[in-house]
Amino acid sequence: MTSPSPTLSPNGAARIDLTKKLRWRSIFSNSLDATVGILTCAAIVPLLSVIYMVLSHGAVHFRLSMLWQLPPAAGMEGGGFGNALLGTLILVGIGALVSVPLGVLTAIFLTEYSRGSKSARVIRFSAKILSGLPSILAGVFIFGVLVVTTKHFSVMAGGLALSILMLPIVILSTEEALLRVPHFLREASLALGANQTQTVLNVTLPTAAPAILTGVMLAIARAAGETAPIIFTALTTPYWIQSLNEPTASMSVLIYNFATVPYKNLIDMAWSASFILILIVLVTNVISHFVVNRSKS
Amino acid sequence: MDPTAADVPESHTKTSWVANDRSKHSRRFDLFFAKATFLAGWGTVVLLAWIAFQIGYAAWPAFQKFQFGFIVGQNWDPNSDIYGALPLIYGTAVSSALALLIATPLGVAIAIFLTEDYLPPAVQDFFKFTVELLAAIPSVIYGLWGIFVIIPITTPIGNWLNDHMGWCPLFSTPSYGPGFFPASFVLAIMVLPTIAALSRTALRTTPIATKEGALALGATRWEVIWQISLPMASTGIVGAAVLALGRAMGETMALAMLVGNNNQISASLFAPANTIASLLANSFGEASGLQVAALMYLSFILMALTLAINAIAEVVLERTGANRQRG
Amino acid sequence: MNLTRFVSFGGIAISCLTILAMVSVQNVKADQVTLNASGATFPGPLYQRWFAEYNKLHSDVRVNYQAVGSGAGIKSFTDGLTDFGASDAAMSDTEMAAVKTGGVLLLPMTAGSIVISYNLPGVTAAIQLPRDVYPAIFTGEIKRWNDPKIAAANPGVNLPDLAITVASRADGSGTTYNFSGHLSAISADFKAKIGQGKQVKFPGVAGKGNDGVAALITQTPGTIGYVEYGYAQATKLPMAVLQNQAGKFVAPTPESGSAALGQVPLPENLRAFITDPTGEPSYPIVTYTWWLVHTDYSAKPGVADAIKGLATWALTEGQKLSPDLGYLPLPDNVAVKVQAALTQIK
Repeated sequence: MTSPSPTLSPNGAARIDLTKKLRWRSIFSNSLDATVGILTCAAIVPLLSVIYMVLSHGAVHFRLSMLWQLPPAAGMEGGGFGNALLGTLILVGIGALVSVPLGVLTAIFLTEYSRGSKSARVIRFSAKILSGLPSILAGVFIFGVLVVTTKHFSVMAGGLALSILMLPIVILSTEEALLRVPHFLREASLALGANQTQTVLNVTLPTAAPAILTGVMLAIARAAGETAPIIFTALTTPYWIQSLNEPTASMSVLIYNFATVPYKNLIDMAWSASFILILIVLVTNVISHFVVNRSKS
Repeated sequence: MDPTAADVPESHTKTSWVANDRSKHSRRFDLFFAKATFLAGWGTVVLLAWIAFQIGYAAWPAFQKFQFGFIVGQNWDPNSDIYGALPLIYGTAVSSALALLIATPLGVAIAIFLTEDYLPPAVQDFFKFTVELLAAIPSVIYGLWGIFVIIPITTPIGNWLNDHMGWCPLFSTPSYGPGFFPASFVLAIMVLPTIAALSRTALRTTPIATKEGALALGATRWEVIWQISLPMASTGIVGAAVLALGRAMGETMALAMLVGNNNQISASLFAPANTIASLLANSFGEASGLQVAALMYLSFILMALTLAINAIAEVVLERTGANRQRG
Repeated sequence: MNLTRFVSFGGIAISCLTILAMVSVQNVKADQVTLNASGATFPGPLYQRWFAEYNKLHSDVRVNYQAVGSGAGIKSFTDGLTDFGASDAAMSDTEMAAVKTGGVLLLPMTAGSIVISYNLPGVTAAIQLPRDVYPAIFTGEIKRWNDPKIAAANPGVNLPDLAITVASRADGSGTTYNFSGHLSAISADFKAKIGQGKQVKFPGVAGKGNDGVAALITQTPGTIGYVEYGYAQATKLPMAVLQNQAGKFVAPTPESGSAALGQVPLPENLRAFITDPTGEPSYPIVTYTWWLVHTDYSAKPGVADAIKGLATWALTEGQKLSPDLGYLPLPDNVAVKVQAALTQIK
């Protein structure tokens, strides 16, 4: 039997002077509170600065008629970016239509059907490498594969180039979201007699839905702001879209074209277009979260 | 009295999908769905292989001419058809690393700030949407913001540091405006939304029961965060960092406007430099002949670099056991 | 949220997009011609203005033009992806031979001058740069603003003891091609050290596009760089006065630019490179920019007539719009010669 000791309690456990340690732990905790508050403020400042720049340049010159008018040429007054807005919606829509199902299915394969296996590592690795692909290469790839062979610049080519950029984001963030669904939910579903597909579709996916949506929205936001892939695939046009096999205007290309020339009317329009672009993404983000969260409760 | 059919709530009598699972229909769908996911998964690999093949095929003439000397060559001169990639590889690696170094702590800090109860939920949602919104700003706008807002701030700082601490290799050149530091800073802001949003998702899904258990045992808020929430969210945070790194290495427009476009290797934070993606953006439109092949060779190296960095990250994660969840 | 609701939400969104797309598709008129074109960035804004004005007069001709760079423009034109292209550098013989179907014709449509701009705090008068001085600045040989050679050409101007930082184009560009071509023509030293090309190794820093170079110039005192005249004029950048071949110091103006253009006779194939114009009133750095068109459009009905009509209008009425936007109108004899060449398009 051990003799009584000031540092050990009768059953051998270490005796801690709780009062002294508690003070240090509190100081540690409070200082970290302050640190994270300061870091967040430090990060928010540049973010707000960018938003402020877009608002102060863009909102000031914005007219509602810009939403449905065609772009002006240098030195012409008025006009708008209606065709570019529609073009971006359709291009990103096609990109999402291709990348979201493919990406979600891939992520499901990684977490539900092949978790931990060699194939999962290969596939996940490929997704990570794809995420590092410069956006211009996605455009060059589709240019070589689709545009040159069909001798068309087209909306479809543009949408496909965007989907290449969106795919890795969807795969990797959906995989994370699915991994965080607790095991017991899946097991309960299987115990009730559902097969794996039914479990995934009716239990796992809905539970992970808000997190998947975050990933999808990040992918959509990225695609809406990309310029280089669209220039090489969908070209541009100053007119309304004619068909999916023809070039189309897009917000990002319009902003790129107008922001780099010295004509004031075009520069102002580029800022207004940036303002509307981020407004649209914000609205889409808010609406989708609203829909997903509403149906969960 | 025994319960009759009328007593049982309607929801319990509606034939749910559970009871019908033995039907041939759902079994066939089960098989079909499993096959679909298999195809999608491997389709991703096929896509990557196809892209790599196209790039490699276009790069072949340059590879034939320069072999592996391309990687260590320091001279990029389209006019004399001499190409060397080392300054570009260096620039890409350093700018991405710096950007991630700045963005990761900031992003995780924002994520923690938004998941702990510092703020009412409505305000939290507002910040969340604001941060995610920033992912939508076109790179051209970030480039312009860098030129008009950031460079006027970093140039005097760089010159001051060069004047007073020029002996340090990091500050060994004066600041002409564009360079590593402004470019990496803007790049960090560009990838910040990715890290913040995905880290926040990861932190939110920490089981509350575990956290409350720790609190009940007397842990302070930060001990819970450091020892419970962050470790459990680590795979998510690392995943976010990987996506951010990918974006940083592949960013074209904004860097083309901010990095200085000078193919040199310099240890100084404020020296102008160049990255693979921005050189690509600048040169591709006007390139022809061997220059195109050299640019494609450069792209191939970028993909190999991404592969190498991800491989190293995998190994590090294996060692620290953070990949437990993946089996 | 169950699967059916998710799918139906997605389905509604997609249907909305499709309906929106279909509603916006206009009824394509039977005789409407849409031309796709791409190429040089420098003349892009002028071309867009031309196409917009022409469409107001002839609503059946629509042109989609995107500035992707002269090189990419030549490539797309050669591969048959665009109906015509635009380039700041005329196609070489090899490039012309590579056009497999339809033949190729080069049409100079407009021109511009390249100016040397700088940032010298405290100096309001335009700096004069002699012929042997400005190439040496761009090779990096003359390193400071108060160098005796610069001071000698600018008596009475208080030049600060400031280092010269050269700002050049980072992106491959026809502007660089023409500027370096001029410097190579007047300075053997420049030709040996740097040479002519779309992307050459100038010392100093580089920016993307005219706007990138302009930003570099305005940000740092002591910077000197080259930009297109239209850009410098619209953004009120200081422009250096250069010494031409005749020994006179000439400021960049529309008149001095046109004078330079008029000095060079246009050869039969319409490919004229003006690396060092003669004549006392000529501004030394001017360039043409070309349209690349096929001579045979029989595979696409209506295109040949559309291009001929468009080009004729551009060579006559369109030239009147050039000065406002910072471009040089073609000399009359040149415009007439180009119009005559249009008959080759079938």
